[in-house]
Amino acid sequence: MRFLDTFFDGVVMAKYLPDLLLAIVTTLWLSAIIVIGGLALGLALACLRTLGRWYLTLPIVAFADIGRAMPPLVVILIFYFGLPGLGISLSGPMVLILVLGGVLAAFAEEIFWAGLTAVPKGQWEAGRATGLSFAQTLFDVALPQAIRLGIPPLVNRALAITKMTALGSVIGVKEILAVSSSAQSFSGSATPLTMAALAYLAIFLPVVILSRLAERRYAWSV
Amino acid sequence: MIEINKLEKCFGDTQVLTSIDLRVNRGELVFVIGPSGSGKSTMLRCCNRLEEPTSGSILLDGEHVTDCRGRALDRMRLKIGMVFQGFHLYPHKSVLANVMLAQVKALKRSRSEAEARAMEMLDHVGLAHKASAMPSELSGGQQQRVAIARALALDPKVMLFDEPTSALDPELVGSVLKVMKQLRDEGMTMVVVSHEMNFAREAADRVVFMDGGVVVEVGTPEEIFGNPKSERLRAFLSRLQPSGA
Ligand SMILES: Nc1ncnc2c1ncn2[C@@H]1O[C@H](COP(=O)(O)OP(=O)(O)OP(=O)(O)O)[C@@H](O)[C@H]1O
Ligand SMILES: [Mg+2]
Repeated sequence: MRFLDTFFDGVVMAKYLPDLLLAIVTTLWLSAIIVIGGLALGLALACLRTLGRWYLTLPIVAFADIGRAMPPLVVILIFYFGLPGLGISLSGPMVLILVLGGVLAAFAEEIFWAGLTAVPKGQWEAGRATGLSFAQTLFDVALPQAIRLGIPPLVNRALAITKMTALGSVIGVKEILAVSSSAQSFSGSATPLTMAALAYLAIFLPVVILSRLAERRYAWSV
Repeated sequence: MIEINKLEKCFGDTQVLTSIDLRVNRGELVFVIGPSGSGKSTMLRCCNRLEEPTSGSILLDGEHVTDCRGRALDRMRLKIGMVFQGFHLYPHKSVLANVMLAQVKALKRSRSEAEARAMEMLDHVGLAHKASAMPSELSGGQQQRVAIARALALDPKVMLFDEPTSALDPELVGSVLKVMKQLRDEGMTMVVVSHEMNFAREAADRVVFMDGGVVVEVGTPEEIFGNPKSERLRAFLSRLQPSGA
């Protein structure tokens, strides 16, 4: 009984459910923007890198390496608490989108790039020899193959990053973890945290299962 | 048709092609033979600028291939079909889509026009029934014929073949050679690098023997195989057929 009272208190649940639902919505739209923006930026950077110009490659590689090496929480704190000192004030959600989207872009760039380098040289030659331009060969021949190779690691990265929206709780973003932990301290019950865990599961478990199905299908088609 | 003048190619410090001169006439099938590393592929790849010549010029119907840049080079390449040893079909596209891609993107044909042309070419190489298959579902010989159809669909003026049958199991070689023979009989201008000496004897108008990056001997198949003049060609042929032709 003690267990149920601690983690599944019905009264507490009812009280904080509306707040939590709003927080779920916040987490969802933040995640969507971060994933779409991060993947798009990573893809664009990987494409630019294929041009083989040092003045593009150098900053792209630097961005990807720093983005992957830096703990996101550190960057989030610097952006939120440090930048206002330079006269740049960003809202919590904005910081979260920039930092997590940037980190995902750094990983995605490397994944897309690895996929592009795995496409055999003969594919490029076949494209160019049939009169396709560099860009056409990239977009119609090389990239579709690179993306296919990149899907499993990209799904994993995207999941890992969206879970990091919980870091928004340290900069006042009203996402799932922030709302439920403040509810926990007001109510003195762990139930809101249980609700948070269930909310995360409800969001991410279907995605994980879908990605498993996609992977299996992908394995068949090769 | 094709005119190669004083073509030179260096990779870094190593000179791979030295002063290659070669003329290929309209409707001619020129066969290129020579030992491994003699520069056959490099010469062929210079003709559509997959390799950048170090010096010299290449002309197609009087137009400089070697001077083209950007879009002009892409347009020039449309006139020069190329078939590779490794086929290089696009694995993520169906056979039909493989043959349509450059027609739509580079030649700017409408999809229906490109599809009609693709089906016509696939039929030509005996693979119309495989149009919706994926490349991985085809045998090597079938893949190579699709690759030939992909090049032909762009209505090239000349076709370059770089060892088109070397990656094939012996029993599949015939189907590809048959398509090439048919192409020759239709009057296509062709430059073929290959080790299929019997095919050269049957189908070639002229045979070019390269060694060490130079053209050593050019002649009819009878001259090259029956009456080789240079010591190097005799040595090469005797290595191929120890028993003599
Ligand atoms: N990209 C490259 N970089 C450096 N050297 C190269 C390159 N491509 C070819 N070579 C060299 O150029 C020479 C000629 O190569 P090429 O492929 O043209 O010969 P080939 O006659 O086609 O031989 P094979 O019958 O084995 O295909 C070889 O010595 C090869 O090592
Ligand atoms: Mg070769």
